[in-house]
Amino acid sequence: MKTTRLVIVAVGGQGNLLASSILAEAALIDRVPIRMSEIHGMAQRGGVVESALIFGPGHSTIIADGEADLLVGFEPAETLRALGKCHRESTVITNLAPLMPFTVNIGQGVYPDLKRLQEIIRAKTARLIAFNATALARDAGNVLAVNMVLLGCLVETGLLPIQAASVHTAMEKKIKPDLLEVNRRAFQAGAAAARENAA
Amino acid sequence: MHKLLIDRPGEKMLLLGNEAIARGAIEAGVAFASTYPGTPSSEISLQFFQISRECDLHFEYCTNEKVAVEVAAAAAACGVRSMAVMKHVGLNVAADAVMTLAYVGVKGGMVILTADDPAMFSSQNEQDNRYYAKLSGLPMLEPSSVEEAHRMLPYAFELSEELAEPVLLRTTTRINHSSGVITLGEIRPRATRGRFVRDPLNLVTVPAVSRRLHVKLLENFARAQALSEGSPWNFIEGEGPWAVLCSGVSYNYVKDALDELGIADRVRILRLGFSHPLPARRIQEFLRGSEKALVVEEGEPYLEEAAKTHAQEAGLTLPIRGKAPDLFSRLYELDPSTVRRVTARYFGVPDRSRPAVDVSDLPAIPQRPPTLCAGCSHRATFYEVRQAAEELGLETVYPTDIGCYTLGLLPPLSMADYLICMGSSTGTAGGFSQVSGRKVVSFIGDSTFFHAGIPGLINAVFNNHNFTLVILDNGTTAMTGHQPHPGVDMKQLKLENYGRVSIESVVRGIGVSHVTVIKPYRVKKSIEQIKEALSFPGVSVVISQELCVLYAKSLKLPRGKPFRVGEKCKNHRVCMTRLACPAFYIWNERIHIDANLCTGCSLCAQICPEHAIVPARETAEK
Ligand code: SF4
Ligand code: SF4
Repeated sequence: MKTTRLVIVAVGGQGNLLASSILAEAALIDRVPIRMSEIHGMAQRGGVVESALIFGPGHSTIIADGEADLLVGFEPAETLRALGKCHRESTVITNLAPLMPFTVNIGQGVYPDLKRLQEIIRAKTARLIAFNATALARDAGNVLAVNMVLLGCLVETGLLPIQAASVHTAMEKKIKPDLLEVNRRAFQAGAAAARENAA
Repeated sequence: MHKLLIDRPGEKMLLLGNEAIARGAIEAGVAFASTYPGTPSSEISLQFFQISRECDLHFEYCTNEKVAVEVAAAAAACGVRSMAVMKHVGLNVAADAVMTLAYVGVKGGMVILTADDPAMFSSQNEQDNRYYAKLSGLPMLEPSSVEEAHRMLPYAFELSEELAEPVLLRTTTRINHSSGVITLGEIRPRATRGRFVRDPLNLVTVPAVSRRLHVKLLENFARAQALSEGSPWNFIEGEGPWAVLCSGVSYNYVKDALDELGIADRVRILRLGFSHPLPARRIQEFLRGSEKALVVEEGEPYLEEAAKTHAQEAGLTLPIRGKAPDLFSRLYELDPSTVRRVTARYFGVPDRSRPAVDVSDLPAIPQRPPTLCAGCSHRATFYEVRQAAEELGLETVYPTDIGCYTLGLLPPLSMADYLICMGSSTGTAGGFSQVSGRKVVSFIGDSTFFHAGIPGLINAVFNNHNFTLVILDNGTTAMTGHQPHPGVDMKQLKLENYGRVSIESVVRGIGVSHVTVIKPYRVKKSIEQIKEALSFPGVSVVISQELCVLYAKSLKLPRGKPFRVGEKCKNHRVCMTRLACPAFYIWNERIHIDANLCTGCSLCAQICPEHAIVPARETAEK
């Protein structure tokens, strides 16, 4: 088995850590070695939350620059900020709905142009899947399910060594029963987005 | 049942490093645990806190780390297995107790966990606490992984009992906040009651006693070193002419690097998990016969200096290197690619790993620093203090302290001028007021006040300093995840058997003659009250009372109704540029308030000169 390295970046409150723990749980079900680390000190204060998941053999729990085979960004500017984690063969999945940092609101800095952002990522990596995951989550019934939309997309690419069925089992374990349906719909919407991109 | 109490040995569980550490301690039969919360250690204590509500484990949130060590030491003196948990700088606070506890020793096993934070993800420095082991003479254990941390805990207690002294267990953020799969072990029954045997000639550290106890400490050191020599936590792997010494998470990076560079068959690794006292003979034997050695460690050259010393004693002259401009830095943390690159360079082998994408030509990306929550009462207090000082025409210095409110450093609030450590706001205020000729207004949180702020305030009253201390009392230890502190009403958490200490009574008891309690969401009134406090010659204290909004949410307290920006808005954006509440956003060149984020604190509505910000359901015209 080869080692697959995944970095997920998000803004505090976007549910990155739940998505990561579902993937890790699925790996445990599939008996795939899994190591994970997170930086979440100030997650609740609107800072950046990053998690690293390493599937397969090895020892490290963190992913250095140039080591990520997969980068999933829950927010476009954060995807761009984390691009240094990637190498030429990496696949990048990004939400296209911006969350404006307050620094922009008070006139410190300009938010990057979304079209250009996609061109840059496409030019530097092997594949980019970019779509408005927030809108899909809203359509699925809960804008907070954006994490599951991106999770669905990620799992659908088939680039992780885990079974979709195991991810569903992990979701049942980690998500409250009354929210499960909405999250499943969001997951499916993300999976459909990945299929569209591949087509 | 709490998941860490599940008694099914052999079962596999995916746990956060801090959960795995707590589980390891539970398996070891820890019966008494104490802490002052601090990232990256906080989740260990959170587990203990939750577990203690389901069984006979005694757990305390303490006022500070020194107290945490003292209560645990006394439990251990009675033969009860105890553990004190803290972040690395917490050990500075506890150091006075730890240094002499090393002389006195323990009966029941005692583990002092220090969670170091290389790269300072959430700390004021990145000191390397391995030196505390050297300084105190106590043994230190250092795991390399979550799984090993879990296994190491029971051993740490055994070691402590064998040597009759506390054991330091050092982790780093990348252990605490990594997750891994552990195999549950058996839970040893807890012995929660101990027996104290009076023995003043060994337990009361007057000089005559301590002179003897120091002898005992050195004897223990020799015993510990013998254990370290044969310890399975110090192990050698691989074959070959080159040598690598490492400890902690560095071991993982070394293993991955050697595999990726394809030189695993040319390098021997000495992994040091029992890292104080170091196994001198083992190190010498390991180095003998090697061509050259590389020491891979985060932080200071702790292993490197020891390896060089021991090599010299054995007459070995091979090159041993680690920290150097062309090799590893003492700064920040290591990562797999740095270790791979340096290892390749040092041993002269090619590194064919894929380069990172070039990010030198990316457009500028606006920063996203953490910020005070929407509706955070600190924002109101900061605004009011600034306004009061401006209205009085005062030139100011704003010493601050450690907590969420340190974020007041950022513009547009910009309300932080000086910070060194927990509690420093009260001590430094005295020095600044004495020499700067400016009005000094210091900020400290409620939990930090109890932790280390009180002595500085007493000092100020005694030495007749002239400053205003603003105590930001939001009813919780917000920054580290809303842990209780002595001022918290524990009944709100449905917890019985706790006392409560009133900050106001403490301040008055200290003898501060000008004490004001403000409600920061009443802006005008608060500014007037603060102005009075600032005008008082001498020490004045303003206690700003308002529950942390995140904490209030977790208590399911009713939340205020959101506001909106109405038609009267002239778009000069005074609210946004002065407050930067994260509930504001710009859309179509106009300011809006995100009703999902707004907590209805009404601060912006009160400062808007146009009175344009109104409750979401009313219109501006009304
Ligand atoms: S957690 Fe509480 S104290 Fe900290 S920024 Fe948020 S509201 Fe303020
Ligand atoms: S009332 Fe104004 S300052 Fe308070 S939370 Fe709402 S938008 Fe922010």
